[in-house]
Amino acid sequence: MEVSYFPGCTLKQTARNFEISAISSCKLLGLDLTELSRWNCCGTVYSLSTDDSMHHLAPIRNLIRVQEDGFKEVVTLCSMCYNTLKQANELMKKEPDRLKKMNDFMYREEDYIPDVEVYHLVTYIKERLGYEKVRELVKQPLTGLKVAVYYGCLLLRPDSIKLDDRENPMIMEDLLTALGAEIIDYPFSNECCGSYHTLGQKEIVLNRTNKLITEARRDGADVLVLSCPECDFNLDHRQKDTLEKYPNFQTMPVLYFTQLLNIALGGNLEDCGFELNYIDPLPVLREKGIIK
Amino acid sequence: MNKRIGVFICHCGLNIAGTVDVDALREAVGKIRNVVYVKNYIFLCSQPGQEMVSDAVKEHKLDGFIVANCSPTLHEKTFRTIAIKLGMNPYLVEVANIREQSSWPHSKQPDYATKKALKIIKGTIKKLERNIELYTQRVGLTKRALVIGGGIAGIQAALDIADGGYEVLLLDRKQSIGGHMAQISETFPTLDCPQCIMTPKMTEVAQHPNIKLYTYSEVEEISGFIGNFTVKLRQKARYVDWDKCTGCGECIAKCPSKPLSEFNRNLCKGTAIYRDFEQAVPSYPVINKEACLYFQKGVCRVCEKVCPAAAINYEDKDIIKEEKIGAIIIATGYDLMPIQALGEYGAGKYKDVVDGMQFERLLASTGPYAGNVKRPSDQKVPESVVFIQCAGSRDPETHYPYCSKICCMYTAKQALLYKHNVHHGKAYIFYIDIRSNGKGYEEFVQRVQEEEGVVYIRGKVSKVFKRGDKLVVWGADTLTGQTVEIETDLVVLASAMIPSTGSLNLASKTRLATDKFGWFSEAHPKLRPVESVTGGYFLAGTAQAPRDIPETVAQASGAASKVLALFSNEYIESDPVIAQVDPEICNRCGYCESVCAYGAVKLNPKTRIAEVNEVLCEGCGACAATCPSGAISHRNNSRKQIFDMISVATENYDQITTKFDK
Ligand SMILES: Cc1cc2nc3c(=O)[nH]c(=O)nc-3n(C[C@H](O)[C@H](O)[C@H](O)COP(=O)(O)OP(=O)(O)OC[C@H]3O[C@@H](n4cnc5c(N)ncnc54)[C@H](O)[C@@H]3O)c2cc1C
Ligand code: SF4
Ligand code: SF4
Repeated sequence: MEVSYFPGCTLKQTARNFEISAISSCKLLGLDLTELSRWNCCGTVYSLSTDDSMHHLAPIRNLIRVQEDGFKEVVTLCSMCYNTLKQANELMKKEPDRLKKMNDFMYREEDYIPDVEVYHLVTYIKERLGYEKVRELVKQPLTGLKVAVYYGCLLLRPDSIKLDDRENPMIMEDLLTALGAEIIDYPFSNECCGSYHTLGQKEIVLNRTNKLITEARRDGADVLVLSCPECDFNLDHRQKDTLEKYPNFQTMPVLYFTQLLNIALGGNLEDCGFELNYIDPLPVLREKGIIK
Repeated sequence: MNKRIGVFICHCGLNIAGTVDVDALREAVGKIRNVVYVKNYIFLCSQPGQEMVSDAVKEHKLDGFIVANCSPTLHEKTFRTIAIKLGMNPYLVEVANIREQSSWPHSKQPDYATKKALKIIKGTIKKLERNIELYTQRVGLTKRALVIGGGIAGIQAALDIADGGYEVLLLDRKQSIGGHMAQISETFPTLDCPQCIMTPKMTEVAQHPNIKLYTYSEVEEISGFIGNFTVKLRQKARYVDWDKCTGCGECIAKCPSKPLSEFNRNLCKGTAIYRDFEQAVPSYPVINKEACLYFQKGVCRVCEKVCPAAAINYEDKDIIKEEKIGAIIIATGYDLMPIQALGEYGAGKYKDVVDGMQFERLLASTGPYAGNVKRPSDQKVPESVVFIQCAGSRDPETHYPYCSKICCMYTAKQALLYKHNVHHGKAYIFYIDIRSNGKGYEEFVQRVQEEEGVVYIRGKVSKVFKRGDKLVVWGADTLTGQTVEIETDLVVLASAMIPSTGSLNLASKTRLATDKFGWFSEAHPKLRPVESVTGGYFLAGTAQAPRDIPETVAQASGAASKVLALFSNEYIESDPVIAQVDPEICNRCGYCESVCAYGAVKLNPKTRIAEVNEVLCEGCGACAATCPSGAISHRNNSRKQIFDMISVATENYDQITTKFDK
């Protein structure tokens, strides 16, 4: 089944491992992720932090591209892209006046008709295939792997776009359970990763990373699983600086959920792009007998 | 057609005259057709003002008059009473509201206010020209009250009416009366226990010759109108013959089935044959069919064997009873919001996150641990307790925007009782601000803070999670600007009060007005707080809004006194300003029936022509506006009158000069 797919910038750069593992695992699920023929910036924080229509042009333009490609649905991977596209889309459905204004402004484009649906991959898999079906397709169960799932903020807030219950989300846990992993109770799954402070006030992020990873360890996790390149940068790559600042800090591999999905479905190891993970997850996966 | 109209313009001190140019107004009104007399006065409602009106009506042989003053809800009655004394039909007196509708809202635009006042008066004159004489109707009434809900509100109202000499039926859906107050350990601010202050009232109810108790019963249907209701009640199958039962409790002691105890808010087990609590009134038990081994599996029948009075009857059925009633008091109380919705506080996930009422049961000497506070998960004595106020209240985004009003006080009380119970224990209270505005309330809170050493932290909690066998509470202290982390054994949520499910059921059966949350609406928030919008229904206690026991009891007595006032009449007089059907024009569509909120207009089953029940009709006009064939009109608001008023309202008023014109 062909599925329209919006990658966003990070997935072409630091988060290549997220994209390639998603494409590979989706193929194994029978989903053919088809990248939009043309796309631009998702709008990122600008569309989220201001209330004007101008900043929603970028996400809506992307949705026009979906329309042009003849799709009614678009799947995203990055949490930020999911959030901006979905919020802008909800706004267009709710406010026809604003939609008209924006369509008038983009007079060179075809009009956007807000009947495209924006999905995050995890919801798409759940709604279109169902986790039972995923369970049947598992070739290499993640038996024995203790996973802490981390959502961050963008998948859960605001209420209008949340993937699941804001306080006790289970959607990713349920997927990983279907893959055979052992889910640990990790109450910090919706805590803040420090986000863009990673640029200006790195100390804040190091404090967060120390706390979040240490708590995951304390709760018994082997790895942390997430779906956001920004969180990934802070929680994985920043472990280097965290260790410098907090000498007792114990590192932990951090993975995109698609990387584990790919392994569980019997995909190639190369398609996981593990060389881009800062803390190498291979030792623990080997130790658990999940890979050779 | 009234042709000798008088107009009296009130200054209302400066309330009107400070904005409206009352002299210019008098002059302009004097020129209007059919107006034979105009007079200004500083306070028309004063004694001399009223006498002046009365004299002028006689002297100038007025056939109707208008008072241009404040809202008709305030003084319409005053001036209509003058008319009655003069032998004039009171419906030939109208109020032109130039204060609330003109001088107050337009106090910054005096010129506009003056012109608008003229418009209002002119429109009212147009209406009065075509007003007809109307007469009230009298109907008899049944002097017997039904009180729905047997919490402290219902108990108080029933006792007051019964003491006044009238018969009362007191209904509760539970096995016993008592409501939530029976579950409370001790009550703020005086710390007396419900056993001491409420059970005497419950006994009085049971013994009162004028009170008939219907517990384990619900309203099936209510028809009729004020003074003349017919109520169908469903007395649920009890499986115990209460005429034979002595209340000895043998059956309860021997019942082998142990479902969770609702009265103890699922903190411990009860029995399938049960009474709500030890001092239940009545003391006769009922069988919970869902939990009973005999009903579910066909085995057991232990209660039947042990009952010395042979009162058990597995064949018992629901009974429908019909009663004639004159007035109904709604006292269906509140519930607490399900705390599972408060995921951020770990509610529903951790056993040791409890709601306020569960904590009352942990504190209560009649509770699961006989008043020794223990935490539910492992029965350990909690070394510390964190209380979170406003859990779900004052949270417009995700839960309820309103303040639940009582939780500041009961949280302070619970912290105090906990400290008395566990002397070395630590108590922390997270609050937004403290609302302790009752008699002796602030003093109580201060005592809790200063003498009991309870730690108050001003701020919200962001997360509660488990670490080992402790709960960790993350919050903000907004006074110091710091985040705080507290390891604790027990978390108590002062969760929002919401209308009881019984209230919601009843509201849908009676079509009584509620607000958007389901609290019953009063007829006027300030001046008619104990009456419902529909005649004959009165409100008591937390069925209307969150409140504590003193306020509940006061309101219940208020509602009872309204009922007694109603019953002191031999008949009911109905307002004639209501809808009226012209049977020759009615096309039998029934639209009016579907829009009437009071069930007052119905198609006659034989002729299929709409008929208005004059007592039920509240005169809202919805049917008249809906009727596609124009068969329904509203007395003294006929189509002609309304169009006349619109046409004068849309005239040009610029030619009138006021002292404010430049
Ligand atoms: C944790 C907690 C602690 C509190 N502590 C205090 C305190 O210390 N001091 C204080 O002043 N206040 C306290 N309160 C407030 C107090 O509980 C209420 O003010 C009081 O109980 C309200 O009484 P009520 O009769 O209005 O409602 P309820 O007690 O709720 O009674 C309503 C009754 O109506 C019945 N009912 C409902 N629907 C129907 C129906 N459709 N048909 C028939 N019957 C029906 C119910 O079964 C119930 O018996 C506390 C409240 C809480 C939550
Ligand atoms: S009474 Fe106090 S705790 Fe309860 S909602 Fe109001 S402010 Fe919050
Ligand atoms: S005027 Fe109002 S109350 Fe009267 S019948 Fe019409 S809708 Fe019903």
